[in-house]
Order: sequence, then C-alpha cells, then structure tokens
Amino acid sequence: MNPKDVVITGIGVVSSLGLGAEAHWQALTAKAPQPVVDDARFAPYTVHPLPDIDWSTQIPRRGDQRQMETWQRLGTFTAGLALDDAGLKEDEALCAATDMVVAAGGGERDIEVDQGILDASLARNDHDVLLNEKLTTELRPTLFLAQLSNLLAGNISIVHKVTGSSRTFMGEEGAGVAAVETAAARIRAGQSSLVLVGGAFQTEHPDMLLAYELGRYLQRGGWSPVWQRRPEDGGGVITGSGAAFLVLESREHAEKRGRPPYAALGPVVSGRARRSGNGLQDALGEMVDQLARSDAPLLALSGASGAHEATRAEKAALGARRTIALRGFSSLTGHMKEAQFPFAVALAALAIHHGAAYPPFAEGEPPVEAAPSAALATAVGYNCFEGIGLVVQA
Amino acid sequence: MKTTDSFGRPLVAVTGMGVITSLGQGKAENWMALTSGRSGIHPITRFPTDHLATRIAGTVDFLPESRRGASALTFALADLAASEAVGEAGLPKTDFRGPLFLAAPPVELDWHHRLRLYAQSRRGGDWRSLIEAAREAGDRELFDESQFATIADRLAEKYGTRGLPITLSTACASGATAIQLGMEAIRRGECERALAIGADGSATAEALIRFSLLSALTTQNDIPEKASKPFSKDRSGFVLAEGAGAMVLESLESALSRGAEVLGIMLGCGERADDFHRTRSKPDGSPAIAAVRAALADAGLAEDEIDYINAHGTSTPENDKMEHLSLSTVFGERMPTIPISSNKSMIGHTLSAAGAVEAVFSILTMREGVIPPTINYEIPDPAIELDVVPNVKREAEVATVLSNSFGFGGQNTCLVMAREAGQRSQ
Repeated sequence: MNPKDVVITGIGVVSSLGLGAEAHWQALTAKAPQPVVDDARFAPYTVHPLPDIDWSTQIPRRGDQRQMETWQRLGTFTAGLALDDAGLKEDEALCAATDMVVAAGGGERDIEVDQGILDASLARNDHDVLLNEKLTTELRPTLFLAQLSNLLAGNISIVHKVTGSSRTFMGEEGAGVAAVETAAARIRAGQSSLVLVGGAFQTEHPDMLLAYELGRYLQRGGWSPVWQRRPEDGGGVITGSGAAFLVLESREHAEKRGRPPYAALGPVVSGRARRSGNGLQDALGEMVDQLARSDAPLLALSGASGAHEATRAEKAALGARRTIALRGFSSLTGHMKEAQFPFAVALAALAIHHGAAYPPFAEGEPPVEAAPSAALATAVGYNCFEGIGLVVQA
Repeated sequence: MKTTDSFGRPLVAVTGMGVITSLGQGKAENWMALTSGRSGIHPITRFPTDHLATRIAGTVDFLPESRRGASALTFALADLAASEAVGEAGLPKTDFRGPLFLAAPPVELDWHHRLRLYAQSRRGGDWRSLIEAAREAGDRELFDESQFATIADRLAEKYGTRGLPITLSTACASGATAIQLGMEAIRRGECERALAIGADGSATAEALIRFSLLSALTTQNDIPEKASKPFSKDRSGFVLAEGAGAMVLESLESALSRGAEVLGIMLGCGERADDFHRTRSKPDGSPAIAAVRAALADAGLAEDEIDYINAHGTSTPENDKMEHLSLSTVFGERMPTIPISSNKSMIGHTLSAAGAVEAVFSILTMREGVIPPTINYEIPDPAIELDVVPNVKREAEVATVLSNSFGFGGQNTCLVMAREAGQRSQ
C-alpha cells in the first residue's frame, strides 16, 4: 500500500449493452449474454448501435447539445457518468482540480455535403474549384468544432467544469492505452492526484466504417464471436458505438475524501511491436510475463478487435496460458477504437469490485469459478500498438 | 553543476533543435529571416482560391511532399525537423532510445483521394459505393492516411524511439503540450531523453474554409506579408500556416555526462483548461492567467524573473486582447516594459506546430541575444500597451523566456525556458 497507488473511484461506460457500470455488470453476468446488433442499416456490415440516451441527464443545456455531434455528446455524457460515479459531479472545486486525458479520433463529417461533392465531381473536372464552391456555401460553421479531436475534451470542460488540465491523445487503440498509462504515471509520480481519462467512439457513420475498410478490416455478413471470425467473411472487425471514462485517483486523495475505490490500477505496459512473423505474439507474451508474476489465475478482459492477425496473436499469447481466462468483450460491444482500452480497464475493475468473474462471453472461453483477485485489461491495435494493464484489489 | 531544480526534480535540457516554416528549412535560414523581419506569408498556389475569402497563407511549398496531401506533408515536416534536432544533439539517427511525443493535426482522408476512390466506384449515389470502392482498391497508402497513429508510427520506426509513440492534439497549444509531455516523462525518471515534435502540414482548402467560416482568418489578401499584424489596431485574424519544430529533451545529468552541448533549459510548464466557450476565452482571462502562473511556479521563478515573452500573438482581435489582459494581470505594472514579440507576424499561425516552433525560436533568442521583432506593427492598438519589439529586431540579454500557447477548446499551455541551468532562483 502506497499513498501514490492509483485507484479507480469512478466508472462511466456506455455501449449497446446499456448505460453505466451497473447496467454493464448485469448484462455481462447474465447467463448467456446476448449482443445487440444492427445488421441492416450499414449492410453488409454489422454494428453494435448506441442504446437510447437522454442526453440531457448529463448535458442539461440544449445549446451545449447542439454544439456537438453524437461522438462528442457520447463522450461528454459518459465522462459525466464517471464523474457522478466518483462523487465529483457536484463538487466544483474538485472538478476544477481534475486533470483530463482524452483518447480521441475525429468527429462526424457532414455526409450530405460530402456526398453532394462526390456526385457533382462526376460531371466536371475542376474538382478543386468544386470543393471551394461547395464547402464555402454548404458547411455549417460550427461543424468544424464538432469534428475537432480536442473538442471532446473541450466540451467536457464546458459541460462538467473539469479544468485542471486537458490533453487529447490521438491514434486509435494506442491513444486509449497511452491516455490511461500517462494518467497513471502522473499520479504515481505525484504530478497529479485526480485524473479523468477515457474515450468515445461513434461507429454509426459511414466515414467511421470507411476508415477500417480502406484497410479491409471489417467483417461482412453478420455477427459472430470475436475469436471465431473467418477470413472468408472479411477482415474480422465488427464495430460498436461506445465510450468509457474512468476517474483515477491517488490512494491518499481518495482516502482523504472518503471515497471507496472499485479497484487499484497496477502497472500498464505498452508497446509498438513489429507485426511481422511472431513479433506481436512474442511481445504480448513478454508483456504478460511482466504483469503476471505468479501462477495465480487471472481473468483477462480482452479488447481483441477481431482483426485476424492481431486477434490470433493475442489468443496465442494469452489464451494458451492455463492460468489466464480470456473474455473478449468485443463479441458483445463491438470494437470501440479509442475507447477500447479504458473500457477493458473498466470491466476489469468491475470484476474485482464484485469479486466475481464474468461468465464466458462466447463459446470457447473457459469458465471461472473462483473470485478473481487480479485481472488483465488488453487492447491490441487492429493495425498497430498494444497495451496491457493489471487491475487488482484496492 | 547542480542537475536538479529547486523542487529536487531532474532539470530538463534541450540538446537538439530543428525547425521548418514558410521562411525556409532549418534553424539558420529561419533565424536569418526572422531577425531580418521577413515574412513568409504569400498568395496560395497549392489550390485554386476561387470563392475563398482568404487567399494567402504561410504554407510550406518547397518540399516534394507539399502537394501530396496533409498527412504526407505533416510527416515530411516532422521528419525534417526531427532530423535536424537529433543530428544537433549528436545522437544516432536510427536509435534514439527515448519516447516520441508528436503534436499533429487530426488529418482526414484527403479530398483528392476521396474523389479518386469515388471515380473508381459503381457510383451508386450513396456512401456505400465509396466504402465498396475502398475495399476493392485495398490501397494501403489511403488506409494509412486515415489512421491518426500513422505519422508517429513512421517517425518511431525511422528514429528508433522507444515504446508506444504518443500523438496528441491540444489544438493551437499542441506543440507546447508535446514538449510538456517530454519534460514530465524525464522528471518522472521514465527516460533520459525524449523527442518532442510539433508538425502541421494541413493547410488544405477545406481547413482554410473551416477556419474562415469561424471568422478566424484575416482577409487582408492584398499585401500578404503585411496581413499578420499581432497587437496592431487593424489586426483582423490569423494567417493559416505550416511548419514543424522539434526538440531533443534530455535530463541535464545525461546531457552533461555524454558531453552534449546544452542549448537551453526547459524550466517549467503550466496549463489550465477554460470552461467558458468552444472558441472564446473566459472574459476575465482567468484560465490563461492560471496557466502563466502555473508555469512560473513550476519553473520556480517569480514574475520579475521573466526577461522576454514569446507571445501566442495570433493577430486575431480576441486573442491579442485576451493575451494582453492575462499578462497584465500576472506581471502588473512591469508588463509594458517586458519585451514581447510574436513570431506569427512573420510565419503565420502554424497551428499544431506553433508551440514547438516558437519554443525553438525562444531558445535561439536567448542563445543569440537577439529578440525577433513583431512586424507590421504600424498602427498600435491603444488598448494594448506592450513593448512588442516593433518591426526591427533588438539585441538584448535574455536569460529567461515565457512562451504562450492558447487554443480552441479552452487549451492554455505555457512554457518557461532558461538560457542556462542554475541561473536564477537557485
């Protein structure tokens, strides 16, 4: 026990499974957890859609809601859930002292304006002039701000008054890993005592699917569990809209304000493994060796994306150990890109908090009877970068 | 020599710097132009300017990548600045062995590439045909362009940086945040050195239009080199620009032990988010004031120990007014006598790169004993009483610099640098 240990005192999670930590715990510990999927709207692609959300419960001002598109609303809403959960929401002084690290992609483009340009481009050759013509007249001025990566953090500052500091990391799953890792490192070093960290991903927009499919990463032709996706169905990734925010705090800070933590966040390791040959598998194996120093059984909340090579490597590196029970939550939530790692840490913390393992999320995952005392959280990038964290009892 | 600061933390030295802007490539070219009061702002030739209200920019047009899209150009700019910095630090160019912090713009799939894909599609009249065309093309270059991790991944590969490279965006404060992250990592003892880069090659037509729609850009197109006029009464917006700055940050102890030349010391950093509005500052300037004070406190310096301020100075009516208000609050009666100048009067606003580019210029200011001017200062704003080092460079002993970076989304980050270790407050 060290006063600078990192403890998790607030969890906000949103996915197709529901709103908040409790709803997720219930959904994921049900006898046979069922995915919520929409395979019509973006056919041939399947997505896990957002549940119904009353934005005003976390973003009371209509004016604020209007300034954002769904991605920023989702992140701002989920950050609010985490702050609420940590008992910070009504404490302006504490929010003003809270640091923030957000893992962000980009916001939604105006699909109608873009499509109009694409269609008009077929009839003329002066494409650059066409762009100027259309963009100057048809873009909504405020849409730029709804698209800017750092404006998710900006909106969290405005809506929730979190103003200690504000940093936005970019770069798919790796951004989520680095955000949590950096936040934890700052707390351990005494550079910060209270950090809001997380990310959001809104997949229900053609551009979000396009970015994956430029690299042929998406699965076509329906849902299947993350470990059982076949190359003949495409690239293996099924995406989901969702978000995860955590309130991380130094042990002494949480104790001083009498806040019982869900769990403690142990070491977080990350890397940029070479993806050729067995590079990734070996690197993940070494990372697990660093984190799991005993033979005690470990639950692993895996953010595996379903992308064939990365998922195979993760399964080989972690699933092959008899002490590790993998739980690939993307089977049920879909892949949430920047939010993937914070989400994995959140689910790991819930299992530690409840002293119970999740049942298998899909066929092939081994059952676990004993209460877990530690859990791994993983996010292995479908294309690059990877990270694993250890969550333990506080 | 003492290698820790007044708080007992490792002092962070700068042992290598690189820069590229519309003024040229490398520190020598840039410094020569900057101290001659030359502007790099010019008419836009990269794309047609029909229908555009603003037709000037500080784009970097002299690279082979200048017309290959924002992602390729941002990488090239970061690469050139990094190469100069790592070279100056005397470190191997392929085995840096420290983390990478890259400030970069959120770059989307280039319009030209989007249009090309659509031309290859079945043209079904909705977005599905574009995604189908993307899948069929399987063009790895286009995929890489759509991923925010790509530029840092390539830099990490090339320079042999350690671990997962961090790409960050704090809007117009990004470059300063990259340096701050590097400083913090060294202070935590995680590494002996870090490579901090701010790069921005995203001056596309769409970027220009988006800033135009927010009324952020000046439309004084007629004499491009005179359009950026920070702190002047007739300032009317910033000039979009490109560039990159890179710094090798190193614990002073490590720098001394390997006999590296110490170019300057990164003494402190401070930040504060603004919760007032997405593009406007809180009217009382309290977040910027808090950021400046936090940086001074972190540096262990008092208000009277800052010799020169490298302003954010964007030339927008709002920024320059608020920057003046904030600084006057912190520095009080002394403010009108502290030299403060804006590099943006010559290079424009390099957005994600600005904080890093201006940190490089701040260190050069101390080393050369020359303060670059604020050019185009012909009609002073009577509401802003500052010594902006008008129009002509000034020779001066500068031992400490405060560099400000403020951005959309309530981002305020300040850096405090010193010429040498242990000069003040020890």
